[in-house]
Amino acid sequence: MFKNILKRKSSREIAKDRLKILLISDRVNCSPEMMEMIKNDIAKVISKYMKIDTQTMEIQITKTGSKGRSLKNPTLYANIPILDLKQ
Amino acid sequence: MSEVIVVTSGKGGVGKTTTSANVGTGLAAMGKKVLLIDTDIGLRNLDVVMGLENRIVYNLVDVVEGNCRVKQALIRDKRYPTLFLLPSAQTRDKSAVNPAQMVKMINHLKDQFDYIILDCPAGIEQGFQNAIAGADRALVVTTPEVSAIRDADRIIGLLEANEIHKIDLVINRIRHDMIKRGDMMSSADVVDILSLPLIGMVPDDENVVIATNQGEPLVGSNTLAGKAYQNICYRVLGKEVPFMDLEKGISFWAKVSGIFHKG
Repeated sequence: MFKNILKRKSSREIAKDRLKILLISDRVNCSPEMMEMIKNDIAKVISKYMKIDTQTMEIQITKTGSKGRSLKNPTLYANIPILDLKQ
Repeated sequence: MSEVIVVTSGKGGVGKTTTSANVGTGLAAMGKKVLLIDTDIGLRNLDVVMGLENRIVYNLVDVVEGNCRVKQALIRDKRYPTLFLLPSAQTRDKSAVNPAQMVKMINHLKDQFDYIILDCPAGIEQGFQNAIAGADRALVVTTPEVSAIRDADRIIGLLEANEIHKIDLVINRIRHDMIKRGDMMSSADVVDILSLPLIGMVPDDENVVIATNQGEPLVGSNTLAGKAYQNICYRVLGKEVPFMDLEKGISFWAKVSGIFHKG
């Protein structure tokens, strides 16, 4: 309660933020183990061609496009920081 | 052309039955031929909200099992001659009916009504599958609360997976005073999260409890909720109606038309 007052964040905003995060994982029918395996395999393949940062790379399955619930099929997004193009 | 609408929510207690009763009654008041079907087998409630609990002879399960003809099970509403209720069975459970039987029954009834409204049980199990099986479109009811919105999102995913793509959102029990002080998500917040077209915003109105006590749907009455449900009915019919300003309470125009109705 006091924490909320200090942060000056209304319960309305807290609810909104919590829901947004919650629904991302709810909408994905994919276990965290499987996501980790996909992530490792992608990293392995890309690493053949360039040096990537496997620590900060992210993958995510989402049905929500930039305009909300507009995607017909779930889409895999990967965010892979490249450390060095020439390897 | 008839339309089959399922009223669903995932979470219980957010106002599916109240919405079904009021939308059904409102559409009938607008001259449409409407059938309300309570698909909550084992926990029937639409009959009491409609005030028709003393008239039940046969029910949904009797129809599906062939114990009676469909017509024998339909209860004509007290107020509107074009409104009918097919009550659910109270002493059976959800497995008494399957989706294929529901589709068959609805297809049989479809051409006799302008609108068939299916009041869906809470949950995502067989009762939900039965209710959505024959539906052309859905009204998803939620309240501006985390748990109800989460369940609504799950339901929306399941509706889409079942090829129901015409889905509209009803946000129920809105408290403007709480939104104003930052303690409740606004309708815009909920729409933003669920990304669905909004078809209704119903304020938290004590008149809903009073109406339910009396077994009289309040749609069309000179109350905030009554007006909100009437607007939903117009939008179901495809008419564009501006959303009420819940802060001001009943709009000037509603007051004026209320006076005419009384006169």
